[in-house]
Amino acid sequence: MTAPPDDCLARNEWICGAYLSTRRHILWDAVLQHLRLTGLSVLVGLALAVPLAVLARRWSWAAGPVLAVTTVLYTIPSLAMFSLLLPVYGLSATLVVAGLVLYSLTLLVRNILAGLRAVPEETRQAARGMGYGPVRLLLTVELPLALPAAMAGVRIATVSAVSLVTIGAIVGFGGLGNLIYAGMNTYFKAQVLTASVLCVVIAVLADLLLLVLQRLLTPWTRAGGT
Amino acid sequence: MRTLTDAWGWLTDPAHWSGDDGIAHRLLQHLVLTVVCLAVSCLVALPIALVLGHLGKGGALAVNISNVGRAVPTFAVLVLLLLTPVGRWGEGPTVVALVLFAVPPLLTNAYVGMREVDRSTVQAARGMGMTGRQTLLHVELPLSLPMVLNGVRIAAVQLVATATIAALAGGGGLGRIITAGFNLASTPQVVAGAVLVAAFALVVEGAFEIAERLSPRRARGGAR
Repeated sequence: MTAPPDDCLARNEWICGAYLSTRRHILWDAVLQHLRLTGLSVLVGLALAVPLAVLARRWSWAAGPVLAVTTVLYTIPSLAMFSLLLPVYGLSATLVVAGLVLYSLTLLVRNILAGLRAVPEETRQAARGMGYGPVRLLLTVELPLALPAAMAGVRIATVSAVSLVTIGAIVGFGGLGNLIYAGMNTYFKAQVLTASVLCVVIAVLADLLLLVLQRLLTPWTRAGGT
Repeated sequence: MRTLTDAWGWLTDPAHWSGDDGIAHRLLQHLVLTVVCLAVSCLVALPIALVLGHLGKGGALAVNISNVGRAVPTFAVLVLLLLTPVGRWGEGPTVVALVLFAVPPLLTNAYVGMREVDRSTVQAARGMGMTGRQTLLHVELPLSLPMVLNGVRIAAVQLVATATIAALAGGGGLGRIITAGFNLASTPQVVAGAVLVAAFALVVEGAFEIAERLSPRRARGGAR
């Protein structure tokens, strides 16, 4: 007969090195799922938000309804959002991504639109005077100038998405949220704390990464100002 | 379409409205939780934000705390609280988490609102011999009221959402209808619960929208 092991796992401590070493693969899989869900939803959100913002900028009558609809979507609590999409997508990762896309739309559309609106009229006219067509004006003048505001939106949307993915645990696709949910049901303190801390670490790292990306994409903002 | 009619059927069944698990009781729980926690959060956050804004100190903290709040998952905080001694006080974890998540937007908005008050107005008030306290209460507060109210509105919507998530960690409120639906694998109940929560959140947002429309008048009236 062997004596029960007396390590931090058996004592159910909050911080536990043995947990990290024995559950490495589970943690890694959860982190990967978390990153995939977050990345996919922000990218799809961007793919939808850029055209929406451009349309709202081009035709001012479209701006009101677009902003109103995305604001209403943003008001709906995340648990309800995932539940409302259940009949459409079933218990799947797509459901979580769809819910997160709807959330990121508000932040992205609003910021991109603000960026486009902030492009000075003289700049636009100068480009037009140089013979720029509407498409070239949009792609090479307006969108680059809107980039700092747009990136601010992308950062907020990404950080929010990292935190909201955890709610996906209700349908079994919550990345680290799955570990938190399972840990809650079994009172497994080390698992809950480790997964929570990892969530915050992912959010902070993603934010920093996007900040660096923004600096690289908009070198002109540093040349003039700071 | 089937699911929607089933959800409607679930909602309109009188048996689902009564009792401790009934819609009426859950709705009341959600409302009480939201209102009580909004009041507590305002009592905690607003005095601090107004004084900090008046003194012009602690700005970095007041502004960044919102970003920190966004990065920390609500669900993780709820579960962490549940596993600490707070978890033994019934609704304790829910209330603490709700207040924690409502404070940042209140603090940030009230602080920014106070700092955005025209400095020359504040100097004029000082020139007229107003004390710091009078300036705060009679000049800065009325002028920053729209921004402060905006913070209260964001906090209220945040509270409704957090109270829903609390159901995942065993708290009360409308979210329980959704989690119970998931446990029973009853899609109509899940959708019905989600509709209730979404409607509740939109009503709260709408109520603040209306209050805000009326507020410019009130802000001027309050500046007596």
